[in-house]
Amino acid sequence: EFRRFSLERSKPGKFEEFYGLLQHVHKIPNVDVLVGYTDIHGDLLPINNDDNYHKAVSTANPLLRIFIQRKEDADYSAFGTDTMTRKKNVLSNVLRPDNHKKKPHIVISMPQDFRPVSSIIDVDILPETHRRVRLYKYGTDKPLGFYIRDGSSVRVTPHGLEKVPGIFISRLVPGGLAQSTGLLAVNDEVLEVNGIEVSGKSLDQVTDMMIANSRNLIITVRPANQRNNVVRNSRTSGSSGQSTESSLPSSTPNILPNLLQGEEESDEEDIIIEDSGEPQQIPKAAPTSESLESLTQIELLHESTQNGFLPSSEMNLNHSAGSISMEYEVRDPNHKSLEEDGTIITL
Amino acid sequence: MRRFLRPGHDPVRERLKRDLFQFNKTVEHGFPHQPSALGYSPFLRLMAIGTRSGAIKLYGAPGVEFMGLHEENNTVMQIHFIPDQCQLVTLLDDNSLHLWSLKQHSGASELREEHRFTLKGPPGSPPSATQITAVLPHSSREVLYLGTESGNIFVVELPTFTLLEDRTITSETVLQRVPEDYCNRRSCELVEALREHPKNPDQILIGYSRGLIVLWDLQNNKVTHHFLGSQQLENLYWQRDGSKFISCHYDGSYTQWPVSSDNRQPEPLENLVPYGPFPCKAISKIYWQTTKNGVPYIIFQGGMPRASYGDRHSISVVHGSQQTAFDFTSRVIDFFIIFSSEPTAEFDDPSAMVVLAEEELVVIDLKTAGWPAVHPPYLASLHCSAITCSHHVSNIPLKLWERIISAGSKQNIHYSNMPWPIDGGTNIAPDPPQRDLLLTGHEDGTVRFWDASGVCLHLLYKLSTVRVFLTDADPNDNMNTLGEDEWPPLRKVGTFDPYSDDPRLGIQKIYLCKYSGYLAVAGTAGQVLVMELNDEDAEHVVDHAEADLLQDQEGYRWKGHEKLKTRDGPVRFEAGFQPFVLVQCQPPAVVTSLALHSEWKLVAFGTSHGFGLFDHQQKRLVFVKCTLHPSDQLALEGPLSRVKSLKKSLRQSFRRIRRSRVSSRKRRGGSGNASEVQEANAKFDQDALQEMELAPVQRKIEARSAEDSFTGFVRTLYFADTFLRDSSRHCPSLWAGTNGGTVYAFCLRVPPAERRMDEPVRAEQAKEIQLMHRAPVVGILVLDGRSTPLPEPLEVAHDLSKSPDMQGSHQLLVVSEEQFKVFTLPKVSSKLKLKLTALEGCRVRKVTVANFGSCKTDDYSENDLAVLTNLGDIQIISLPFLKLQIRYPCIRKEDVSGIASCVFTKYGQGFYLISPSEFERFSLSTKWLVEPRCIVDIPEVTSNNHVHNKSGMENAARKSRSSGDHAEDERKPERLMEHALLNDEKVLKEIQSTLEGGR
Repeated sequence: EFRRFSLERSKPGKFEEFYGLLQHVHKIPNVDVLVGYTDIHGDLLPINNDDNYHKAVSTANPLLRIFIQRKEDADYSAFGTDTMTRKKNVLSNVLRPDNHKKKPHIVISMPQDFRPVSSIIDVDILPETHRRVRLYKYGTDKPLGFYIRDGSSVRVTPHGLEKVPGIFISRLVPGGLAQSTGLLAVNDEVLEVNGIEVSGKSLDQVTDMMIANSRNLIITVRPANQRNNVVRNSRTSGSSGQSTESSLPSSTPNILPNLLQGEEESDEEDIIIEDSGEPQQIPKAAPTSESLESLTQIELLHESTQNGFLPSSEMNLNHSAGSISMEYEVRDPNHKSLEEDGTIITL
Repeated sequence: MRRFLRPGHDPVRERLKRDLFQFNKTVEHGFPHQPSALGYSPFLRLMAIGTRSGAIKLYGAPGVEFMGLHEENNTVMQIHFIPDQCQLVTLLDDNSLHLWSLKQHSGASELREEHRFTLKGPPGSPPSATQITAVLPHSSREVLYLGTESGNIFVVELPTFTLLEDRTITSETVLQRVPEDYCNRRSCELVEALREHPKNPDQILIGYSRGLIVLWDLQNNKVTHHFLGSQQLENLYWQRDGSKFISCHYDGSYTQWPVSSDNRQPEPLENLVPYGPFPCKAISKIYWQTTKNGVPYIIFQGGMPRASYGDRHSISVVHGSQQTAFDFTSRVIDFFIIFSSEPTAEFDDPSAMVVLAEEELVVIDLKTAGWPAVHPPYLASLHCSAITCSHHVSNIPLKLWERIISAGSKQNIHYSNMPWPIDGGTNIAPDPPQRDLLLTGHEDGTVRFWDASGVCLHLLYKLSTVRVFLTDADPNDNMNTLGEDEWPPLRKVGTFDPYSDDPRLGIQKIYLCKYSGYLAVAGTAGQVLVMELNDEDAEHVVDHAEADLLQDQEGYRWKGHEKLKTRDGPVRFEAGFQPFVLVQCQPPAVVTSLALHSEWKLVAFGTSHGFGLFDHQQKRLVFVKCTLHPSDQLALEGPLSRVKSLKKSLRQSFRRIRRSRVSSRKRRGGSGNASEVQEANAKFDQDALQEMELAPVQRKIEARSAEDSFTGFVRTLYFADTFLRDSSRHCPSLWAGTNGGTVYAFCLRVPPAERRMDEPVRAEQAKEIQLMHRAPVVGILVLDGRSTPLPEPLEVAHDLSKSPDMQGSHQLLVVSEEQFKVFTLPKVSSKLKLKLTALEGCRVRKVTVANFGSCKTDDYSENDLAVLTNLGDIQIISLPFLKLQIRYPCIRKEDVSGIASCVFTKYGQGFYLISPSEFERFSLSTKWLVEPRCIVDIPEVTSNNHVHNKSGMENAARKSRSSGDHAEDERKPERLMEHALLNDEKVLKEIQSTLEGGR
């Protein structure tokens, strides 16, 4: 069934209006549908919020081809592409086929329902040969999915080159968080874990540190493959991921140090069940005292004392300029059940 | 931007830290691991023990002990004290000799290595030419005679170890006058024994291994007598008057030889195979001791009939018609006899036999009829049954202390009353600051109570839980009930018995309330016993209760061990702690946590399945809570099925342990020798690095999930009177922490004392906290309004603690293996945390609150957390702000059993096992420091002077020195008396006699 209609390109209006229009045009006022469009590369991309709606309208050349599917029998894997190399904006949603096979009922929804799964951070302060990767474990059932091993590495020291013990990634579990981000690879040398250098630490110590930080793991690696390194302030080749990575638009003028403030805390929200009632997150006591201020000094590098809560994704987006690459995974909207599982904290 | 500032380096706090904390390894308690040599100085009345790791330890009167470590870490083969000197010579298995001296330094004696020496033969000679087999320190104190494998005897000068080549006694010169036919058969023998003539220092007896014995005249450098033994020689012993000597042999025989002045060829007086006529094992050492009444004591090691008793480790004492073969449970390393050492005394009159066996020290009183054993004040065999857990209680009230001692004394009736015969040196350490008990739980179901107040870890009382249960072993099975005419007349001695009747009896957790005398003990098969101290024997029925921890969980099957069968009817208990109730957990899994509240009369216990609360006043189960995750099959199936999954990791860790052994020896005993430690570490790192390149080990990085195994394992239980529900009313509460990072809090309602028996104790779950990092919870603590940890039960009632501040708001401290977190109460909100693992990669293994006093000002003290990590580091973390104060490396990280055995005291000390039989004591406090401090003075040699006229000069020198030390001597008696008051009169007398002797 095809319909053809026109829109004012300069004033596309809101997504809700557009959605209503579509329902009206197709005479399906009460049917939930998924809206998609093909972009200039022929990729099928979703339209589900104002931003990607505007993007879609602006890229129409001149025709915007829109696909509508019933939500119940929507084929999610139709979205996304293997050919896409550039992200249109930071909001471009990457919906990997394997993900959707696992969770067929995921609904593409509003940005606050998206959450980051990984990012490269602190590009500006790190040597080009290093990469600081952040894995957002919380909120996902995916295993971190990697192994580390002992090994030896060569360091430049005042006495010349020296062989020193080092920690390396030894294996990536297929389908795990680490592998799916494409930011970590076998034989990458681990240099830091959440800002703490690993040199001089044993494999067991580093294992414990990583597990202790597993809900919000930041690993600084020296990639084994140095060809995909970020070259600062120039067009980059992006990281070496196999899937749907995109490079930063070359126009990005400068990269801010990444301070995803407040998020450090979010991994640590313990749950309290009072009198066998509903599980609740344990709030943070008001940090009024001097002692608390000083305590945080011994905590993690980028720790914020002010905001104990996970900021909304929108807030994330505002701060994400420093990220080279950011992927989003659609969160399972059914968080009630997750809470009951006790595996994931949600807000 | 405050948070980017460096953590404050407050100079005041830094200074205070110096006044509060200090790390020392102070003393090793227990029995040295793998002893290899024994020495004794009748002059100093000190005993020396050498070990296979190169340590030597000297022991005298209780509290007098010294320790030294050979750098080589080689096995100590022989120890010889230099006659009438504070010096000793050790021979190691690398053929090196070491001279050690006891020297006084800042008021206390110290053991130091002075010289070392390795005997070198002429170039090209085989190593056996200089392999030392026998050492004789000559009574002149100037030379050592060194018998070698080649049969030559070398002479070295002391203390410089200069070889006096012209005085070497070669085997050729010895053999010159030996009858042809004899010496043809026996060439190239090694020197087995060297003995100086007891009356004439110019004559020494040389025994060669093939049987030849010669008496050598040192003045004329010639043989005066040949004794042509026909059997392979093991050892020699002179009779006191020098008219006869005795030789013992490989075939289990001994021979007496006369020494006459005429030139006749001496013939043996008597040749005897004591346990003949069938072939016997060698007699490796023999003593011939004369007595006033003329009947000698003949004491020899070995000689048992080869076929039927060849596996026994025995020492036989023969005195006239009395004969006993003391049968030791472990190999006899060496032994000596304490006898009258006065040179003027006519007879030996032996008083005691001291036997060093592989696993224990046994002393036999030879003066008392029946030759009973003497209870050693130190060198206790901690491992007589393997230690399974330990519990320390500081500052025991005098009343309880006395009652435990009196219960213990009733158990020790078969011991001799003889004062401890090895009583050299003087203990000048200050009195122990308080009475401390260390309780060790053992595999055989016993709990031993040790006096851990001072340097000597001393057994006070032994409690056995076995009587409550029916076991295969018959308790009446007495190994000493041998018939009258049993031959050989074996008698089992010693306490070392590594075999457990039933591993389920093993003790896993102990909790003693020092104010009430209630004791709770829990074991391997889910048994929890509550006991009460009773000064009399009693016969009563132990009440039973079952706690089904699985409750409503259906369809699970326990595949582990069964519970222990209990004895029906009344059971007779000896005076001491007597069980009155047994709570049996179902399934009967190992009890993993235990808490006792003696004021509320409640006991809480936890296993891998859940936890329960029992009211031991009403003998009623209050509640049980199952903590098991439904998917956790492993925990259910019991310990047997776990074996499979652990196999691999076990094999790996064994490999690691073996690898670390080499480097570990380097570190053993070196108390705080930093460079040594570093060296060993460096070596280990290198080894580890090499290993790595060969076979990379990988580790999985994964967040913990609720489905992991053993998340329900209850790690910690804690009673607190705090604000659980609202901030206006506090109530008793029970807290439990699991392996999966869950904390449960139950609100308890304990009826008031007058209605305690009428109304039931009620409990209701009030809170459940799930730590998102899911690390095992190893400690729970409530801080009062002043941020002070809540006092122990009954502590306030006994006026020993300020009552807790119930006005201000309480805080909850939860310690997991990875983090320390403070929450507010009653509304749980997180206040502070310290993410230890994320920062340092180490995990909490043990944690306790310790009180640290300042060494500068008496009135300042503070509570901190003492933490032991899986890396073997000890960290002190401040309360309530959770700031790391200081860190000390303490235990090697590979020493898993050492880390697991560590127990902290409430005043910043601690113990951990450095071997199955030894506790290392350490102190984190500047104020409480229990370490040996003692003086060994050279007793005045008066009667000996005519023998050793050369020593006159030395004596004069010594006198002048001692007068220089006079000021110190003045001070000493006062302190000594002070010390003596704490101990018994015996010690007082000994000290007084020592002092009088010194003047």
